[in-house]
Amino acid sequence: MNEMTALKDPMVPAPFRIERVRKELSDTFTIDLVSAERRRPLSFLPGQFNMLYVFGVGEIPISISGDPADPETVVHTTRAVGSVTNAMWKLGVGQTIGVRGPFGTSWPVEKAEGCDVVIVTGGIGLAPLRPAIYQIMANRAAYGNVCILYGARTPEDILFRKELEKWRGQFDLQVDVTVDYATGRWAGRVGVVTKLISRGGFDPHQTVALVCGPEIMMRFAVEALAERGVPNERIYVSLERNMKCGIGFCGHCQLGGDFVCKDGPVFGFDKIAHKFAIQEL
Amino acid sequence: MVQEIGLDQLIREHPFFEGLDNATLELIAGCAANERFDAGQYVFREGQPADKFYMVRHGSVALEVRAPGRDSIVLQTCDDGDVMGWSWLVPPFRWKWDARATRLSRLVSFDAICLRGKLDADPALGYAMYKRFVRVIAERLAHARLQMLDLYGAGKD
Ligand SMILES: Cc1cc2nc3c(=O)[nH]c(=O)nc-3n(C[C@H](O)[C@H](O)[C@H](O)COP(=O)(O)OP(=O)(O)OC[C@H]3O[C@@H](n4cnc5c(N)ncnc54)[C@H](O)[C@@H]3O)c2cc1C
Ligand code: FES
Repeated sequence: MNEMTALKDPMVPAPFRIERVRKELSDTFTIDLVSAERRRPLSFLPGQFNMLYVFGVGEIPISISGDPADPETVVHTTRAVGSVTNAMWKLGVGQTIGVRGPFGTSWPVEKAEGCDVVIVTGGIGLAPLRPAIYQIMANRAAYGNVCILYGARTPEDILFRKELEKWRGQFDLQVDVTVDYATGRWAGRVGVVTKLISRGGFDPHQTVALVCGPEIMMRFAVEALAERGVPNERIYVSLERNMKCGIGFCGHCQLGGDFVCKDGPVFGFDKIAHKFAIQEL
Repeated sequence: MVQEIGLDQLIREHPFFEGLDNATLELIAGCAANERFDAGQYVFREGQPADKFYMVRHGSVALEVRAPGRDSIVLQTCDDGDVMGWSWLVPPFRWKWDARATRLSRLVSFDAICLRGKLDADPALGYAMYKRFVRVIAERLAHARLQMLDLYGAGKD
């Protein structure tokens, strides 16, 4: 947990009001939250998550997808997959959600200064990385080449498409997008995101890689990064496991000797390489 | 000829041809030509004789399947640096898909009839080339499997 900025009692949800709901994709939405108590900022580090409580339904971990420079608005981008996420989407502006957090480790954005940065992500995995992208862009001169390599299922499933297009239009970023399925109307790339790694404009020996997406994708992405020569200790991945307390008490999220909620969700790949492919540890 | 020297250099520097000796590279370059395709132009069409393979210098070519009454389905795009097409190696030497440039694309084509003869006559060269194509095919198969997994689809990863 980020001690400086956390809410008072990590086990008691604080009420936050929904300020805005945006439909991103057919199954994905973004909500902006502000503290209902006072406009108290919830400072966070890129990669951290909050436990969001939909009253009467349940509580789930969701990464923060907003700009760390604007801690007054707490932004979450969620794919509706089950009971809590669907109930959350039904909430409207003005309704209240319980928030605990921010929890967990963060992307090594500051540690990466002076290096090239390659961001490899797929599907909803772009959401937990967006705060890192904002932070890197705000301090762009501190980094070498920055590449965002993003894979989606179809052109219709590209998350934050407008922002990706905007970043791509800038001269100081390489943004490559690929999709798994497309018709002839799509003029972009078709193929797996890992293929982009072999072409990415970064120096593997001076690169920090941030990887977030479905675990299978991450496995192959790490392999492709290793083939390019990026060492494990400069590859970071974000893991998901079922969670309950979010602060290392209950053991729900245990991965071998680590708790994903406390020791993760962002891990240096060198620390977890041996556990990575093992299901349901 | 200036253009031939350019092609020779291009081939020499491409990872696909890495490790081939000078004589072999010259021989391959002798079967090569520069080609340019505008956006929307077909590089080859399904069913046509597969008498070439290609290296994408820059641009993007969609390998796609036509289906009556619906939009074509893109299986893969071949982008800068990709080697494209192996139907020239496998009888009956016909293209299985359409290949359409999605933007202005510059390719190096290799004349398969010229090359096939050379590979047949020189088994060591044939082996060296097949080894390289097997890598490309294996990579393509691995990628196709990943695409089939529908990684980003709803439900559990
Ligand atoms: C640290 C962390 C950060 C996360 N960040 C985000 C985020 O930013 N955006 C987001 O949309 N989700 C995120 N998740 C996943 C999110 O927590 C789950 O999707 C959510 O808990 C599902 O709750 P539910 O009640 O709606 O679904 P359930 O009713 O619990 O499950 C419904 C279906 O979804 C499947 N499912 C459950 N959890 C997941 C999962 N993690 N991934 C894929 N399928 C799942 C179940 O197997 C089931 O088939 C994060 C998870 C963790 C651990
Ligand atoms: S969720 Fe309780 S220990 Fe991690």
